[in-house]
Amino acid sequence: MRTTRTQEAWVGLFVILGIIALFALALKMSNFSSYKKEEVYRVNVYFENVGGLRARAPVTLSGVKVGRVEEVAYDPEELEAKVVLAINSGTNFLPIDTSASIYTAGLLGEQYIALEPGAEDETLKDGSKIRHSQSAMVLEELVGQVLVNLTSGDEE
Amino acid sequence: MVNLLANVGVWWLEILQRVGRGFLFFIQILTGLPALLMRPGLLIKELYSVGVLSLTIILVSGLFVGMVLGLQFFMTLSRFGAESALSVTVNLTLLRELGPVVTALLFAGRAGSALTAEIGLMKTTEQLSGMEMMAVDPVHRVIAPRFLASVIAMPLLAVLFSVVGILSAWFIGAGLLGVDSGSFWAQMQTSVDWYNDAMNGIYKSIVFGIVVAWIAVFEGYDTIPTSEGVGRATTRTVVNGSLAVLALDFILTSLMFGGI
Repeated sequence: MRTTRTQEAWVGLFVILGIIALFALALKMSNFSSYKKEEVYRVNVYFENVGGLRARAPVTLSGVKVGRVEEVAYDPEELEAKVVLAINSGTNFLPIDTSASIYTAGLLGEQYIALEPGAEDETLKDGSKIRHSQSAMVLEELVGQVLVNLTSGDEE
Repeated sequence: MVNLLANVGVWWLEILQRVGRGFLFFIQILTGLPALLMRPGLLIKELYSVGVLSLTIILVSGLFVGMVLGLQFFMTLSRFGAESALSVTVNLTLLRELGPVVTALLFAGRAGSALTAEIGLMKTTEQLSGMEMMAVDPVHRVIAPRFLASVIAMPLLAVLFSVVGILSAWFIGAGLLGVDSGSFWAQMQTSVDWYNDAMNGIYKSIVFGIVVAWIAVFEGYDTIPTSEGVGRATTRTVVNGSLAVLALDFILTSLMFGGI
């Protein structure tokens, strides 16, 4: 039952190959490298309608990713959808009157939150609330509006 | 009538007995694992026969499965002008489902059947009872290393299968069909989640490894000690192992990726 050196070498090669494949998977083929432990602070936003927004969706500032959506829940007190944003601590210069909008990447793509800085001197802190928000576009509403516009135009 | 009922009862009791023996056997294997750390040589020998010798079939299958996936998804996606989603589709298909499942099926056929035949023949030629006569526990000496080697080899093989599949899909997609190579990798890195997709696939392959190895060594150990019995046990390993993998895959998928 002795193992020969060649067998041992093959087993070593097998294990090393497996580990290399695992690393390739982590670094090249998945988002493992974006799991850097980053310091974040949390900000709440309330939306009338979040559309298809999900947790882990990106939060962007002029298109640059600065954080992610941590939680989407309905707030029974505000009677609106409450979205918790985790924003990287490096982005600590957002004015208190920053506005948040839900946009869609591409025509059918996933939804993300775009922040637009305001003009105040005071900045957003952990736990503060973004007051200005723009809900997600709902396709049916848009179509409905277009239809209303078209038909009302005919009557005139 | 009573006879029929009795037959059904006997059949059911036999199943229960087998399941019970299987579980006791599993516990026996587990108690044998710690002693294995003292003798890694045993493990390495089994890793060679179970893992290294399965490499060829796993890598070649991964190559072709990846290429076929690349081609098929490209044909469908290009109809919608969504070729850029090729990498994500192939990657998720391989990592979540095909990697672990196909590897486990091939593993049951390649390594599982060999394990059963080997152990069954040992039992038939009374090598196992011989060991017991020498106060060597055959479960600890023969079964445990084979079991552990399979459990270690399965996730490694599944990861290799997926990676080879993705690389060959890249070769087909970016090399031959004209998908942009840069966006192929970039799309993958943004859309494939390490914990939800890659790690769950690896957990799956570990579970499959345990189940296939358990079935293989149990069928071998529980075989009827005749040449016909060994043949039947080998067949049962492949059939039951594959069925268990497919059924478990459904359960694991519904638990991991939600829906139900």
